[in-house]
Amino acid sequence: MEKSFLEFAYEFYQTMKEHKITLVYEGEVTHQLTKAFTSLTESNMSKEEESGAVQKKVFHVMVECLQNISKHADDFGSNDYLYSGKGIFIVSKDENEYAVTTGNAVDNDKMPILKNMLDHINSLDKEALNELYKKQMKEGLLSDKGGAGLGFIDIVRKTGNKLDFHFLPIANNLYFFMLTSKISRNQ
Amino acid sequence: MDALMLKGTEDTPGVILDAGKGVFEISGRSLPEDVLSFFNPVLTWLDSYFKSPLPKTEFSFKLSYFNTASSKLILDILMRLEDCKNAGNNVTVRWHYPEDDEDMKDAGVEYSEIVALDFEHLPYKE
Repeated sequence: MEKSFLEFAYEFYQTMKEHKITLVYEGEVTHQLTKAFTSLTESNMSKEEESGAVQKKVFHVMVECLQNISKHADDFGSNDYLYSGKGIFIVSKDENEYAVTTGNAVDNDKMPILKNMLDHINSLDKEALNELYKKQMKEGLLSDKGGAGLGFIDIVRKTGNKLDFHFLPIANNLYFFMLTSKISRNQ
Repeated sequence: MDALMLKGTEDTPGVILDAGKGVFEISGRSLPEDVLSFFNPVLTWLDSYFKSPLPKTEFSFKLSYFNTASSKLILDILMRLEDCKNAGNNVTVRWHYPEDDEDMKDAGVEYSEIVALDFEHLPYKE
């Protein structure tokens, strides 16, 4: 017999519990939504007496990841660098760390550029990341959507954790780009 | 010249640029939806102020948070201050940071390494 929607909803809830997911969203990411999600997570962290340093880092990673999606939220098929008509956004938390995960579609020919950039950032130590950030801030131009190309560099240098990412082929000319940033709760 | 005063919100910083009172300050949180449209009036005001600046300009940053897009615009402000100093004016920067916020403290140090301006690094209680 086919499962009812309510059964599915309960299983979905159990899966969320199992993976310690505190927030999950699929759809268009707007600035209003960014403000709502960050403020919700802030008040939860504050209730749980998370340290100020952890709260600020989680807030920052959420802002950067959500703005990454919202600034590149074009329709599939545009020529924009990194885009997604819609994205997914997940925040999870275990005893040791917070994880902020995003997913959105990227065009075939942009994938290697993005992959090279992330591999490069992941290969750098703190000092090299600081140098790259300074260089990018001085020389990088703001895109017409206000992206400075600094978000990924800053996430890695401030969390001290490398980015986990994966590109899943979803269509002929399209990959689904998944990215997780982790923030240790012991700081 | 007219002062530029913007009240801070949950995502945009408070701005006081008042040549009459000699107060130049940006404070609070900065993660605007559109950084360029937020900061352009600030940069335009500074451009016109620097045509005839006060004998001494003390510019204060008292930010509790800024996103990476804002970091680029903060550098744009600092570079204009540096130009003004290079033109022979007395310009200093007061970088206030929450006392327990290492990242905000480091950001001040980082900026002071990029621009040739005198920085005072000042912790404050949030």
